[in-house]
Formats: sequence, C-alpha cells, structure tokens
Amino acid sequence: MSEKKNAKIVVVTSGKGGVGKTTSTAALGAALAQEGQSVAVVDFDIGLRNLDLMMGAERRVIFDLINVIQGNANLSQALIKDKRLENLYLLPASQTRDKNALTEKGVLQVMEQLRSRFDWVICDSPAGIERGAVLAMKHADIAVIIANPEISSVRDSDRIIGLLDSKTERAKKGQEVEKHLLITRYDTVRAGTGEMLAIDDVSEVLSIPLLGIIPESREVLSASNLGVPVPISNPASLPAKAYVEAARRLCGEDIEVTLPVSKKKLFANWFGGRAA
Amino acid sequence: MLTQTRSSFNFHGRSFLAFVLTPSAPLHEWLLELDDRAAQTSDFFASRPLIVDLSKIELTKLELNSFLLQLQTRNFRLISVEGVDPSWLAPALEPLPGGKNTPYPSQESSRAEHAEKATEIQSLTLATPLRSGQSIYFPNGDVSISGSVASGAEIVCGGSVHVYGSLRGRAIAGSANNTTARIFCRKFEAELIVIGGFLKSSDSFDPDLYGKPVQAWLEENTIMLKIME
Repeated sequence: MSEKKNAKIVVVTSGKGGVGKTTSTAALGAALAQEGQSVAVVDFDIGLRNLDLMMGAERRVIFDLINVIQGNANLSQALIKDKRLENLYLLPASQTRDKNALTEKGVLQVMEQLRSRFDWVICDSPAGIERGAVLAMKHADIAVIIANPEISSVRDSDRIIGLLDSKTERAKKGQEVEKHLLITRYDTVRAGTGEMLAIDDVSEVLSIPLLGIIPESREVLSASNLGVPVPISNPASLPAKAYVEAARRLCGEDIEVTLPVSKKKLFANWFGGRAA
Repeated sequence: MLTQTRSSFNFHGRSFLAFVLTPSAPLHEWLLELDDRAAQTSDFFASRPLIVDLSKIELTKLELNSFLLQLQTRNFRLISVEGVDPSWLAPALEPLPGGKNTPYPSQESSRAEHAEKATEIQSLTLATPLRSGQSIYFPNGDVSISGSVASGAEIVCGGSVHVYGSLRGRAIAGSANNTTARIFCRKFEAELIVIGGFLKSSDSFDPDLYGKPVQAWLEENTIMLKIME
C-alpha cells in the first residue's frame, strides 16, 4: 500500500434493520478482495457493532473508528488485516461509545486517509435515518441499497435514497451518488407462492439499477455464525456466486442479473430437507 | 481580549410563517374556542410561532398578564404581542418590526393576482422521483413530476398535480381553496388526495381505480375520480 490510491467510497445502507447490510458489506468486501482489489470495510454502527463478528475478527479489535477520530490511535493501528485475504482490512466500530462520538470533521479525516490507501472503502451503515446513518453516507461515491422483497423494507429504502440525494457531500456539490439496488433474503420457494414482492415491483418502486439478487440461504447464516464472509466460506454456493457477480458489476462488468434458482433446493424439499 | 480576529462573519437569513391571532372579547370564551380548535388539529399550533394582536380589545395590565399566562400554559410559542402598551410587555414579547400579512386565500383575489402575474412562472417541474419522506410545497401553481411519488411522499400545491409515474403518496391540489384544481396520474395508488380542502383517503377509493391512469376533480364539494382513457 505504498502508492497513493483514490478509492471509491461505497455506503451499504437500507433504512430498515435486519435486511442484511452487515452481511452484504462483509461479502462484497471479500468478493472485491478476491478480485484482487484492496478493500477496507468500515463499521459505522457505533455501539452495536457486528461487522467484526461477520469478518471473524471480534477477538482482534484493539482500536476502533472512534479512537482514530479522537486521535487516540492512528489508522494503521486500528485497521485489522484479514487472515484469509491479504488485501482485505476491517476498521471496526466502538462498542462502548455511541454515535455522538462520531464528528463530521473526524469522519472526513478518516475517509480521506482511507481513500488514499485503498481501491474500495465500504461503509456499513447503521439502520435508521439518524446521525449515524447520515454520517456513514456522507462521503459516499456509490450507494448499495439493500432491500428485502417486502413493503416496509422497500419504503424505508426509498426514504434512504431521498437522503442520499440531499444529505451527501456529492448532493451538496450538485453531483449524484451512484445508486445500486441489492435485493437480499430472496426466497425462491416463497416467491413461487406469491408471499414476496416481485423483483420487478421492487425495482419499479425504487427505480434504481439492480446490482444483484441474493437468495435466502443457510450458507449465509452459517457463514455469519462462523465469521467467514460467504464468498470465502463456500465460493460454490448460490449466495456466494450472487455476491461475486454483484461485486463484479460494481467494478463495471456487464453481467446479466438472473434469479437465483437452485436445483438442489427442489430435491431438498422432496426429501423433506429444510431449505431455509 | 481577542487573540484572533475574524476576517469575516458568516450569517444568513431564515424566514418563518407566524400565525397572528386576534382575540375578541370576552377573552375566556375566546380561549375556550381556541382550545376547541387546537384539539381538532392536534399539533397544528404546537411548533409554530404565534403573534397575538390585542388591538381590538381593551385590557388592563393585570388582565393582559393573566391572558399571556393562559397562553403560556397551552405551550404556544408566543413571539410577540401587538396592540398594547409596549412598556407592559417583557422585552422578548415587544412587537417585531417589519413583517407583512399573507393574503387571505379567496377565489376573487387569486384570480386577480393570476391576471397581474401572468408573466411569472406558475408551474414546477421535477425530473426525479419524489421519495418517501420528501415533500414538495408549491403554492403558486401546478406541479408536474415525470417520475413516481412514493408512499410517504407528499405534494402540496396551489394548482393541479400531474404525475407521469405512479402516485403512491399524497397529493394536495388547490391548497389555497382553489376548487378548480385537478389531480392527474398515470398509475393511481395514492394514500390520500385533497382538492381545495376536500379530502378522500385510500379507504374510500374504488378498487377498480387502483393502478389505472386516473383524474380527480371537485364537483359540489365531493372529489370525483375517473379512469382516463
């Protein structure tokens, strides 16, 4: 990391909680790192941090984002290098502080430093539309909006898109934040029974380009529990493939978005297996 | 002593709309009426600056103080009192210089103004969708939106509303009692529509209209809705 870089800053955001922001941040970070990009994933969920767990680094946190902002540690001390991918780093959140410890000036300084050291900086936004979420999106060039195929998630995402168009630095300069929709927890079985909103309806309501569709899957759950992002833990699985494709689309590759359908899943149903 | 001298001082203006209340005698009855009104529109007065104009009634200093106390207990944000001897008032409540009344909305005056200001721009066009939580307020005329109005978004305008995408939020047309205003949309999935102060909520929409291109207008104080062919 000697030469000066100019990272793209991505915010992973949704408004609603529990839709898969942190899981997606970890998975997109891992997928980009597998593509050879240097990546920092940054946890903005001060006081309720989870990204360290998803990255399997919870026992390695010494300094955090707030320490860097307050000048108690420098960025290099706080960045945790991933044990599996050498160009993947985590900047954890503080668990003991609250979001008021985030200052605008401090966030700007940390973002500028990260920008010059990585190819990608991926910020995991807290849920909600308050200060923490606004600061997480503030310096973003690109936003990945996570939505589940259900109405409350879609409306919250719509609200967040409105904030991206008004509260970010880019919006203030009259530029636009590049926005992508990532649909997560898509259940192929429930989709067939009409229990979920159709992908087309979600895309139509939010009217931003679709980055990918991540199937609801046991792989994702077990990867989270193990602390290994799914593209690393099981690269052949459907969600891993969907995340890797999404990461490649972020890099500008033109890959068609397809519905994730597993043949194995059908068999699993026939044999009474639990297809999550 | 100042250790640093500033080269410039940053400040900018901000304007608010204050309500002017003009109480009439007897004051206790007027207060009851006010309470009644405030109860109907729960948080209408709560966060708005209020000015009280007492020029129409005669009060002693004692009566004035007890009246102001009454207003205080109602959590109103009183910013000034007019029409009484300023020396009776706390400095913070002395009449504010400047300020001008907003015109009463009425058909006659709005028509007359239309004629005068015909050269001014009377419409607002948006090329981006209106997102949940966003609100457009355009009292001067029509609003056209080329995208959709999301659930939880709101347009308030003095003229007609034109939505070329889906209308999923609220549309309030003819906000200044303009009963000739209309609402047009390409896909009707609205939460609420209001024309000239008359409202219709999604409960009372004919289900056949849902998702269709719809026009809404006012006929004898009732909102009419029709699918546009």
